[in-house]
Amino acid sequence: MGLFCMPSLGADMEAGKLVEWLKQPGDSIASGDIIAVVETQKGAIEIEAFETGTLDQLLVPIGQTVPVGTPLAAIRGAGEAPVAIPAAPPMPAAPIAAPLMQVSPATPTFGSAVKASPAARKFAEEHGIDLAGVTGSGPEGAIVFVDVETASRAGGMPKPAAPAPAKPAAAGLEGMRAAIGAAMSRSKREIPHYYLGHAADVTTATAWLAQRNADCAPQDRILFSALLLKAVAVSLAGFPEFNGHFGKDGYVAAKSVHLGMAIALRGGGLIAPAIHDADKLSLAEAMTRLHDLVNRVRAGRFRSSEMSDPTATLTSLGERGADWVLPVIYPPQVAIVGAGSPVEEPRVVDGQIVPRTICHLTLGADHRASDGHRGALLLRAIAERLQKPEAL
Amino acid sequence: MTAKTHLTRPHVLDLLRQMLRIRHFEEKCAELYTQEKIRGFLHLYIGEEAVAVGVMPALQPNDAVVATYREHGQALARGVAMGPLMAEMYGKQEGCSRGRGGSMHVFDAATRFYGGNAIVGGGLPMAVGLALADKMQGKTNVTACFFGEGAVAEGEFHESMNLAALWQLPVLFVCENNLYAMGTALAISESETDIHRKAECYRVKAAAVDGMDVIAVEAAAQRAVAAIRAGEGPAFLECRTYRFRAHSMFDAQLYRPKAEIEAWKKRCPIEHLKAWALGASMLHADDIARLESEVAAEVDAAVAFAEAGTWEPVGDLLRDVTTPRPGA
Amino acid sequence: MTAAANPAQPTYRDAVRAAIREAMQRDPRVFLMGEDVGRYGGCYAVSKGLLDEFGPERIRDTPLSEAGFVGAGIGAAMGGMRPIVEVMTVNFSLLCLDQILNTAATIRHMSGGQVSVPLVIRMATGAGRQLAAQHSHSLENWYAHIPGIRVVAPATLEDARGMLWPALQESDPVLIFENVMLYNMTGTLPDNPGIVDLDHAAIRRPGGDISLITYGGSLWKTLTAADELAKLGIEAEVIDLRSLRPLDDATIMDSVRRTRRAIVVDEGWRSGSLAAEISARIVEQCFWSLDGPIGRVCTAEVPIPYPKHLEDAALPQPASIVAAARAALGR
Repeated sequence: MGLFCMPSLGADMEAGKLVEWLKQPGDSIASGDIIAVVETQKGAIEIEAFETGTLDQLLVPIGQTVPVGTPLAAIRGAGEAPVAIPAAPPMPAAPIAAPLMQVSPATPTFGSAVKASPAARKFAEEHGIDLAGVTGSGPEGAIVFVDVETASRAGGMPKPAAPAPAKPAAAGLEGMRAAIGAAMSRSKREIPHYYLGHAADVTTATAWLAQRNADCAPQDRILFSALLLKAVAVSLAGFPEFNGHFGKDGYVAAKSVHLGMAIALRGGGLIAPAIHDADKLSLAEAMTRLHDLVNRVRAGRFRSSEMSDPTATLTSLGERGADWVLPVIYPPQVAIVGAGSPVEEPRVVDGQIVPRTICHLTLGADHRASDGHRGALLLRAIAERLQKPEAL
Repeated sequence: MTAKTHLTRPHVLDLLRQMLRIRHFEEKCAELYTQEKIRGFLHLYIGEEAVAVGVMPALQPNDAVVATYREHGQALARGVAMGPLMAEMYGKQEGCSRGRGGSMHVFDAATRFYGGNAIVGGGLPMAVGLALADKMQGKTNVTACFFGEGAVAEGEFHESMNLAALWQLPVLFVCENNLYAMGTALAISESETDIHRKAECYRVKAAAVDGMDVIAVEAAAQRAVAAIRAGEGPAFLECRTYRFRAHSMFDAQLYRPKAEIEAWKKRCPIEHLKAWALGASMLHADDIARLESEVAAEVDAAVAFAEAGTWEPVGDLLRDVTTPRPGA
Repeated sequence: MTAAANPAQPTYRDAVRAAIREAMQRDPRVFLMGEDVGRYGGCYAVSKGLLDEFGPERIRDTPLSEAGFVGAGIGAAMGGMRPIVEVMTVNFSLLCLDQILNTAATIRHMSGGQVSVPLVIRMATGAGRQLAAQHSHSLENWYAHIPGIRVVAPATLEDARGMLWPALQESDPVLIFENVMLYNMTGTLPDNPGIVDLDHAAIRRPGGDISLITYGGSLWKTLTAADELAKLGIEAEVIDLRSLRPLDDATIMDSVRRTRRAIVVDEGWRSGSLAAEISARIVEQCFWSLDGPIGRVCTAEVPIPYPKHLEDAALPQPASIVAAARAALGR
């Protein structure tokens, strides 16, 4: 009728050693009869059959240790034929415990052996800041959040409005000056600047602008800085060595021209957020974007991409600034174009001395990415574009 | 109201049936355990049936029962259905504790069966509290608390005796003295081996009774419960009994002689009742045969129920740790 | 009227007493049970006067049987009452830890959801009165480890007054820890306090520079430390955990994401502390926001000594909290 197997007698019993048979083949067995003795770690335990019948065959010799569940004997019910003994079941493989622990999701790789806090690394990744160029103010020189924040403000960006209680204005200004200082220091420390200048004749441009604006409503008037913006942006498209980023792997020219426009803030401070794809805008679009950007900047509402995206910068001194400027490059950019305030100066045209409106253009450029020959050509290109304002 | 012990044929048949149900259920559990259908620890009541079966007729449906890890007998006698009980042994979610407790943690709120406790002595303070609640609410319920003589060594036993007597709580303490706390004999663990005298020291009315005689147990239980319900305070019954099998399945019984086991087996409560009932012509052989076959069928059905039972989904692992919030 | 009713400057003790009185007046199932709660008036005078008002059945003195009467509380809760069991201090609760863990916390699960234990246990906890090693433990952490129970730590008068009633409405056991140093603390209480929830941590002081996370008696030391830090230009955000199990992760993590730095102040011993658990959770949930390691200010690894200067040195203090915060910020 059945097989009598090595019983499980306890939670931690895995095998037992058969030490004695108390019944022999041919003996009748009643349910509950003790038929063998098994040696376990706790001592010898008598084991009972739960079937009624005749003991048919002994399958395991005395002295053998077998796993729980191994057939020890066959028991034949009344009138039954002998039982077929199945092959010994293989030891079940130890079940592999399903891993219950959640594996952490793949972590963003920040590379770098630089010691930096998680918050700093995340910010640096988001803003394209190279940690190798950041000085850490944390313990053991670790880079902490404020360090990368400062580095990103190298473009002159004050901290965006935070949900935490606002600091008093004075403290904010000091913070920004500190940030500008740090960024400019880094720029001068790391970037081998060279400078070129060119006096651009913008008499035609300013006259064209005046005439165009005369027929416009005030909100549609184009400012000189928009003309400059377009002239510089379009020119840069042809001079890739002045439009891109210098990182730890060297210079990479950008595919687009996102021109950073330096904007002064009331109360002090300067930032240069990007006008994206400035070379592809119409003059009117450029003006609109510039207007919008200035308003938002002054209200403290701009996007982080606008701060991290500029591929080159234009700093225009407006109406009442200096005649010319030797600007400092905003890392990781490699060039900055300066435009002085337009002034009336005497020029020689066709042998005559005549008053012309002159805008002194300057170029500060990274000598690792470009040289003076090309720089000069860039400035000339900008000046030439300004002679045809209607094409901008 | 108390039911007096009337030794009528139906009642005697019922006593025998209840003891047979426990005996067969426990034997089936032993077999299933060797086949690894039941796992963990298994503590069998074989030999002690008269205690649970003798006490339960004294209780009403509204009374409460607290027991130990050797509680299958009390559970069956109290009215926990055999199918869900077996399913609980298997760990299936159709078990009376959703399979979560296993052999040592049988619970059934419908019959006020409050477990099932693997901490020796752990149920006594709870029983005191259940009785306290009944008394404070003006109810006439009794809480029956079963425990082994091993529990009287624990501090919680003494604290519970004291509290029950001090506050005159309606607790029936039933001590199943089977002479061994796992492998340690009573004589080497208690300075005073007359257990009921310990209860008397706390001013709890106590009696000792032959735990192998179901009728004696019932008579004693009926008397004690009647007194408790009459407001006379807690009572203590020391039932002198013996387990015919080891403490649990994995026990070589090195601590007690075989001759002693054989001697006690001759006092089997089931055989004792059968012999008395047959001798008194209260039962006939075919009554017994019929009972045996009905009980065997009930056990088989319970096994089939458990075998057909299902495993609780792992996704439900964390349920029933705390009570869900409405709307949560 | 007892002196306890509406005093001009109520104490934390008054607030707890008022909570118990209100609960007992509102619900006849509620009763208080514990050592010396009746005739003595309570070890910390919390239940003074309640015996006269409610009688010995409902203000029930017990013998020195922690396991016995906590287990009885469990059974009584199962049987339809709403007991408040007072264990005199957490130091003595080790005697009933078996009942709390193996019965109260576990019975719902073991029974497959059939049986609930709506029991409230109040315990005094903490050090500071030179009561020496055996009377000065802070073991809230051990209980916060156990699935199946709730653990709360009222640190303000409002919470001492307000947490008891919602705790009594829970279907599962609630442990309320009252720090011994708070009983004499005075404050204000509205006549009609609103509903207090058991689930959420509270930001007691907002700030942007660092999150100081704490509970119970340490709250006030942490607030003092925050004031000191403010003079140094450091604005600390102080979080009162209120619920130790479950922990209000959402409030903690929201704060740490904003401040990027955290210190946990916990009167338990440092090793295996609740602070360690919170620190692990912050690392799990806020790692990318962190600007530095999480600090812990805990009790030193020493049984609490008797002399005041040594006891003070062992426990968290405003000075050590300030020092930890400054170190965290590099200032």
